Amino acid sequence: MQFFMEVLIGGLLSGVMYALVALGFVLIYKASGVFNFAQGAMVYLAALSVVGCMEKGAPLWLAIILAFAIMTLFGIATEKFVLRKLVNQPPIALFMATIGLAFFIEGLAPMVFGSAPRALDLGIVDEPIPAILDAWGIVISKFDLVAAGVAALLVTTLALFFQYTRIGRALRAVADDHQAALSIGIPLQHIWAIVWGIAGFVALVAGLMWGARNGVQFALTFTALKALPVLIIGGFTSVPGAIVGGLLIGASEKLAEIYLPPVMQSLFGGNFGGIEGWFPYVLALFFLLVRPEGLFGEKHIDRV
Amino acid sequence: MIYREAGQFKTSYAADQQLFPIRQDRIGILILLAVVFLAIPGIASEYWFSAILIPFLIFSLAALGLNILTGYAGQLSLGSAAFMAVGAYAAYNFQLRIDGIPILISFGFAGLTAAGVGILFGLPSLWIKGFYLAVATLAAQFFIVWCLTKFPWFSNYSSSGVISAQKVVILGHEFASPREKYLLVLSIVAVMALAAKNMVRSSTGRAWMAVRDMDVAAAVIGIRLMPTKLLAFAVSSFYCGVAGALYAFCYLGSVEPDGFSLDMSFRILFMIIIGGVGSILGSFLGAAFILLLPIFLDITLPWAAGLLGLPFSNATVSHIQILLFGTLIMFFLIVEPHGLARLWQIGKEKLRLWPFPH
Repeated sequence: MQFFMEVLIGGLLSGVMYALVALGFVLIYKASGVFNFAQGAMVYLAALSVVGCMEKGAPLWLAIILAFAIMTLFGIATEKFVLRKLVNQPPIALFMATIGLAFFIEGLAPMVFGSAPRALDLGIVDEPIPAILDAWGIVISKFDLVAAGVAALLVTTLALFFQYTRIGRALRAVADDHQAALSIGIPLQHIWAIVWGIAGFVALVAGLMWGARNGVQFALTFTALKALPVLIIGGFTSVPGAIVGGLLIGASEKLAEIYLPPVMQSLFGGNFGGIEGWFPYVLALFFLLVRPEGLFGEKHIDRV
Repeated sequence: MIYREAGQFKTSYAADQQLFPIRQDRIGILILLAVVFLAIPGIASEYWFSAILIPFLIFSLAALGLNILTGYAGQLSLGSAAFMAVGAYAAYNFQLRIDGIPILISFGFAGLTAAGVGILFGLPSLWIKGFYLAVATLAAQFFIVWCLTKFPWFSNYSSSGVISAQKVVILGHEFASPREKYLLVLSIVAVMALAAKNMVRSSTGRAWMAVRDMDVAAAVIGIRLMPTKLLAFAVSSFYCGVAGALYAFCYLGSVEPDGFSLDMSFRILFMIIIGGVGSILGSFLGAAFILLLPIFLDITLPWAAGLLGLPFSNATVSHIQILLFGTLIMFFLIVEPHGLARLWQIGKEKLRLWPFPH
């Protein structure tokens, strides 16, 4: 039981990290209807620019500010030079354009900042908290708790921002109905630029967390792909959905990784590790059968 | 006024409905076939066959498969490489486990196996579409590769799932040299490309295009969505499966599951975006473009860097290559969403009017 709890909590905490990436997807999808496949690559770019700036001698806080500037500029440039030119194209064309964007980033970022895997030190130690270890005998890393705290803070800030600021209201209006938002005088282009800026910021936070955890390396973009099943489970348009979906994926994949291979081994023999690699996708696939719009998504009605 | 198509009147339905109704096209295709079947084997070197022509044909076939699914039936797939893997491993196992099975039959069975798997993973397309489907096909990509790695039966208990393809023997003749393999691959690809060209203009192809343009409207005019979409998945996976079998038997010789990576799926997707979504010709143009670009960069970049006196490493080449792929994808989607095939068509239009465009 204790072991189970440990696996479960570990999974939930790693799910927080998935949720961080998924959040960026949701923001852009809500505001502009673009499914941004490049979000994973943006996480990679953000982490690389922090590490790159620090290698040039900048302190951590300055590197983070610089990386934020880079991400914002990058987001605005994407909106201006790619997405604006694709207005009125079918969503699938926009999706493929963001795949192109992902490759663009994956080629450009290592060229500018170097491609060798590097560690990112945020000053948070990745070791079990002794108090919890003594009281319940469960290993929980301090770093994971900080990551969970950061995610909670980020979501709260975003929720407040969306709810109470002028820009936030405009964002929600645009998400609801582009035409109606335009007709009451909301500048659509500015709003999209802002959304891409915010998505860049979320990518930066995710990049910091992932980078500090696993090192800044190319594999970051693959890990970010795990955000896709998170979205399917949570729903494409829901911020709480991204969080819940992330937790579900994180917990289930870790449990599957621990408990499925022995079962399969006794059935077929051989070694069945690495279930983590596909489990979230297959889980999402089954989820699609039951509830295609996700847990918190809006039901989509087709009209001819 | 290089050529004109005026004055070709059809007097029978058969003449009107033939695959290439315009005489110049028929002549062009015959010349093309003559060149690739007769002239190229005579002049190309060993390197050309094994490094450029054979992979070009195989990837064209895979791109053709994806184009049927994505370009004609409008279902986006990010798992084409996995279906190629199914084809490769199925062909290997049919050769291994059924005594004396002719290789072409096992290629056909490999295609059918891939088609079955394709239908399985195409099932979600009945109630989801767009990016949702993309994620479902990602599941296929990761799951199939994992299965082939972890279930040792598929690779006949070899270590880490590597298989070595058996010899290609047809009617007692062994296809060993690159030239013979090229001719074999070329024959298969030519037949399947003509079949695809025929298929997309039949009622099946029209149903696919109707579903692509708007599936609800297609259902309203009486196209049954389920068989149509699943057929698209089956045919597409069949093409990818045969391409995978050829990839293992005629190109690499020994393959491992990890070779059929997500990256390869993306590459095939890029081929059809750059070549032309919804075009048979585009699949070939795109495959040629995507395969030749890295070779071109490998040759020109060090030279250019040497000219400018810049520091240069092999990693930079691969980064520039990825960067260029991404840029080109965005460029083509923005400027010419129908790809190189459309450019070819525009060129033809211009030539037809040249030099009096009005």
